[in-house]
Amino acid sequence: MLEVKDLHVTVEDKAILNGLNLTINAGEVHAIMGPNGAGKSTLSAVIAGKDGYEVTQGTILFEGQDIFEMEIEERARAGLLLGFQYPIEIPGVKNIYLLKAALNAQRAARGEGEIPAPEFMKLVREKSAEMKMDPSFLQRAVNEGFSGGEKKRNEILQMLVLQPKLAMLDEIDSGLDIDAMKVVASGVNSLRSADRAILLVTHYQRLLNHIEPDRVHVLVDGRIVKSGDKELALELEARGYDWVLEESAA
Amino acid sequence: MASEEMEQLVRREYKQGFVTDIESDTVPPGLDESTIAFISQKKGEPQWMLEWRLEAYHQWLKMTPPSWAHLEYPPIDYQAISYFSAPKKPEDRPQSLDEVDPKLLETYEKLGIPLHERAALAGVAVDAVFDSVSVTTTFKEKLHEAGVIFCSISEAIREYPELVRQYLGTVVPQADNYFAALNSAVFTDGSFVYVPEGVKCPMELSTYFRINAANTGQFERTLIVCDKQAQVSYLEGCTAPMRDENQLHAAVVELVALEDAYIKYSTVQNWYPGDEDGKGGIYNFVTKRGDCRGDRSRISWTQVETGSAITWKYPSCMLRGKESIGEFYSVAVTNGRQQADTGTKMIHIGEGTRSTIVAKGIAAGRSDQSYRGLVKIGPRAKGARNYTQCDSLLIGDQCGAHTFPYQEIGNSTATVEHEATTSKIADDQLFYCRARGIDEEDAVSMIVNGFCKDVFQELPMEFAVEAEALLNVTLEGSVG
Repeated sequence: MLEVKDLHVTVEDKAILNGLNLTINAGEVHAIMGPNGAGKSTLSAVIAGKDGYEVTQGTILFEGQDIFEMEIEERARAGLLLGFQYPIEIPGVKNIYLLKAALNAQRAARGEGEIPAPEFMKLVREKSAEMKMDPSFLQRAVNEGFSGGEKKRNEILQMLVLQPKLAMLDEIDSGLDIDAMKVVASGVNSLRSADRAILLVTHYQRLLNHIEPDRVHVLVDGRIVKSGDKELALELEARGYDWVLEESAA
Repeated sequence: MASEEMEQLVRREYKQGFVTDIESDTVPPGLDESTIAFISQKKGEPQWMLEWRLEAYHQWLKMTPPSWAHLEYPPIDYQAISYFSAPKKPEDRPQSLDEVDPKLLETYEKLGIPLHERAALAGVAVDAVFDSVSVTTTFKEKLHEAGVIFCSISEAIREYPELVRQYLGTVVPQADNYFAALNSAVFTDGSFVYVPEGVKCPMELSTYFRINAANTGQFERTLIVCDKQAQVSYLEGCTAPMRDENQLHAAVVELVALEDAYIKYSTVQNWYPGDEDGKGGIYNFVTKRGDCRGDRSRISWTQVETGSAITWKYPSCMLRGKESIGEFYSVAVTNGRQQADTGTKMIHIGEGTRSTIVAKGIAAGRSDQSYRGLVKIGPRAKGARNYTQCDSLLIGDQCGAHTFPYQEIGNSTATVEHEATTSKIADDQLFYCRARGIDEEDAVSMIVNGFCKDVFQELPMEFAVEAEALLNVTLEGSVG
């Protein structure tokens, strides 16, 4: 589904990613781990199309399509969705309005008509309940005055409504207490399906106790230096990142 | 339709007083006493009205145009303007929508204006008259039952001279400012509203119902009087772009609220802003002022300003009555080469008076806009309170927004709060929306509409929906 080949990225002339390779197939959950400043968030930001990142080398194919040929919104409509580490506040714009506009934009791209209002309301109520969000959140301005945990749940709610093919979740566990983490994790787990892939970017192993990954990658200095199954995450938890660094330097 | 029937319709409309009694005359350009006498005579005005106009004219001669606003435009030659011209005859106007500028029609489409209204707005001869007759008839009956007077100012001067004489110029004196003085001398059109004591006007009054042609008066004069415990909501303007041959518009609006009265005045202004270089756009120099004359009276201005090449406008409230309330909610949008210097004045005179100002400015393209607001608390205004919030949103990096708040506090018991922000439409907000699949233009309009929410919710429901659509059309192409 997603194929990242030899990706080199600089930010303000500073090299962040240095030849990253990653292949994700449908049905898989991948976790990218690594020390701070390794370039974890850069990867998902580049895939989503955020400004300020210069791709100097390499390709990213999504379902065989070169995503650098696609606008930000085209990528999202094709099914690439990024859950933000720091969700943005948009004063005066109702949460439900953003959700509906996003869903209808995706439907339009697929040649479908706008979702009928009753159907949409039913869908959104159902999904908010899953995320244990009070329906009043839908009527509030996007992320405005939300707590850290509420913002993260709201990101997952968007995923549940928009049903992406590849869900990228950037540090979705940061700032969450254990209860909120369980809600977020169960939301993510409900996204698991044979035709969907999930990419988790996380600093800590604890998220992976709740969302079991198929593959774990260690990102160091802009490169994936080690990959393995979920056991690798546990090993990182126990031993830290230093041994991986030493191994890769050797 | 036979031309005879047509004629009948037109005549019937005249009988209802919705059209001023002008034959097809136009005076040559230029302004002197004889021009004013001509206007007054054409309008069938009484002698006192002519004298009032002449007084204004003599004052105007001694005045100079204001130069303090943050605006740039070449000097206006007041002798090159024609001060009285009859509306275009039906045969000179487009005969069908096929003859109307397709670009204009495209805009109507985007604004969601019903087909039959598009013709009226574009100045198509037949449909316009046809349409307004049926609407206005039922409309007039309802108002008549309630005892509300709503007619053209010219008709009011003839039919209700005592009322007009009692209130005209008492809020905006003849020599208030350069443009108001000019207006007082030569005004030819406008509305008059009187709501009697204890009456809540049964419907929202709108200029749209009164002016049957698309042409707006160049020097409009509007006077709205709300007697004790009366209420009225008045809508001015229209979201559709107004094309007009007249470059200079200098209107005066006076509102009088007596004890416990409430006047809500909403404006959507979308006049021609000119081409990309600002050529041909309308200069809009307006004096709008409300007088909260009675205790516990309330006047609320809500405006959405998107049109005109130059806007010079400060709807104000004189808070004379005890515990009277003044409100100003404004959204001003400028794009291309537009310039706007707008704001409000809240003059607290009476005890316990309160005012609220919420001004939202959005600048895009190479436009420039200023918020200019005065909050004045007089020595007798014990316990007066003001809250001011002005926010500017910049789209792109070639536009400008300025805030000029003035405060004159003459009373130590007053509470005055002022909040101001200027923000650029944030790249991360745009990215967030686009990363959800929403395209850039829709994302901008969503963010801008969110920014304006506080003001839009003050507009009457139907207007609010139109205002949102209008904002989107105005900002089209402002990003990317």
